[in-house]
Amino acid sequence: MILKTLVAQLISRPATNRFPVKYMPKSVTRFLAQVQEGKAKIHPPVPVPPKFRGKIAYDREKCIGCQLCIRVCPAKVIEFKPEVKKIRMYVARCTFCAQCVDACPVDALSLSPDFLLASTDRLAPELIVE
Amino acid sequence: MSARNPKDNDPVLPAVEERVVERELVGAEAALGETFAVPIGPIHPALKEPIRLTFRVRGERIVGVDIRTGFAHRGIEFMGMRQGRNLIQILYLAERICGICSVSHPIAFTQAVERAAGIEVPPRAQYIRVIISELERIHSHLLWAGVAAHELGFDTLLHLTWRVREKVLDVLEELSGNRIDYAIPIFGGVRRDIAPEQYPKVWEAIRYYRGLLEQLLDAFLRDPTVEARTRGVGVLEPKEAEELCAVGPTARASGLRKDVRQDRPYLAYPDFQVRAITPEDYGLTPVGDVYDKIVVRLLEVEQSLNIIEQALENMPEGEITSFPKIPALLAYLKKAEGEGLGWHEAPRGEVIHYVRLAAGEESLLVWKVKAPTYSNLLSWYPMFEDQEIADIPIIAASIDPCICCMDRVYLVRGGKEEVWPKEKLLKLSWEKTRRMQR
Repeated sequence: MILKTLVAQLISRPATNRFPVKYMPKSVTRFLAQVQEGKAKIHPPVPVPPKFRGKIAYDREKCIGCQLCIRVCPAKVIEFKPEVKKIRMYVARCTFCAQCVDACPVDALSLSPDFLLASTDRLAPELIVE
Repeated sequence: MSARNPKDNDPVLPAVEERVVERELVGAEAALGETFAVPIGPIHPALKEPIRLTFRVRGERIVGVDIRTGFAHRGIEFMGMRQGRNLIQILYLAERICGICSVSHPIAFTQAVERAAGIEVPPRAQYIRVIISELERIHSHLLWAGVAAHELGFDTLLHLTWRVREKVLDVLEELSGNRIDYAIPIFGGVRRDIAPEQYPKVWEAIRYYRGLLEQLLDAFLRDPTVEARTRGVGVLEPKEAEELCAVGPTARASGLRKDVRQDRPYLAYPDFQVRAITPEDYGLTPVGDVYDKIVVRLLEVEQSLNIIEQALENMPEGEITSFPKIPALLAYLKKAEGEGLGWHEAPRGEVIHYVRLAAGEESLLVWKVKAPTYSNLLSWYPMFEDQEIADIPIIAASIDPCICCMDRVYLVRGGKEEVWPKEKLLKLSWEKTRRMQR
């Protein structure tokens, strides 16, 4: 019984997702440049499901400034800019419920598959969508 | 550890209510004779959430316990009632009462609001709610089984169980877009439909768990280590379970056939003929110990698989919500008036939400939440009685406590904690009822 499990463990793949590379390269920037040129290969990231709720995406052109998203947002992520009648979103507060996406009458809001949002600064430019 | 007499007016060590077990002392215990107090918490490495347990021990044996709660009160109901949120915003607040039961609270809350406002839920939406909540039950029970194995010091089993659990989280992510806090129910329906191309993923997960179930039962129930650590530990007699109003798997492990899905079916549950599971279904006489709680939870994983299978097969077609447009829903809820009660069998037991709506108001007038741990906490008293110190973690974990969900009120006045006895609370509730009747 133990032997069977042991052999199975030897040939089965690990349960966790693989790292992009097996060993840490000496220089990450040079390695990334090599990947860009096609000289080196990395394990591709695990794809997210199609309905994944990641960082919110905003189509500025479509927005009509109706403020419905502000009314339904539970985390007060969205701020209205009255001078241009558009919105600004602080993603650091977002709870990814996507209620604003459902509420938007003109489909100006959508959810991207982008989930790497960790930052030390809550007001970092990549965490503000406008 | 402290050898001080706990009855001195010491704020750290409160007076422990004497529930000393009358038992003849033998050997070293007789030599020890007197009891002393072991305080655990509110902050302690073995605790996941803040709670204070003060044990009275004689030697290695627990002779009494005092439980103090209220260290993680978050004021969620207050935030919902007083801070100018509308009902849609409060729905996501309700979802965050518990991270594990993150669809149970919204299901109970939406039901309460739907009953108050008279909203019908389309059949397909009811089925989707059932599927998501049963998937959640699988994930919660497997999580608990892993935690139980960890509390026993059997970490191999913890990793094994949690690896198996990943599959159901993947399915939930596939169906809802989030691994936890799925944001699926909304008043009058659900927010995401299950598309035809998603069915195979769910079926695949069901097959995966069906294939693994026997292995899981084998790893937990036929393991001498697990049996030695859980058999006869933390016993909750059926009579005590009934008297203390235990709910969920805690009550069912003691042999009570008590399940909200069976006793008061709601949503699409009448279609599935749910029957509460007790250890008898596994061919055992219910004892009410930790072993029985493992049996019940693992069998409920199978029950959930059956329910999901039936739901997928008989899924009705049609609308998923009776309010496709959010502004219409908000306007309807603003006009609604009345009171409603919503209930759901969460993985840990029965959860109840009570709401009262007022016409012309977007927010709630009254919101009351009863999380399952609130009912189960009292069963700790008989369970800890006459047990060993080393078994405290597994006994505490056996009711699957969720302290944050349960902490509903905590009174601090002038920097001092206040304790209100039962008589005062009763008087206050009479006064409040009279006030509300006016």
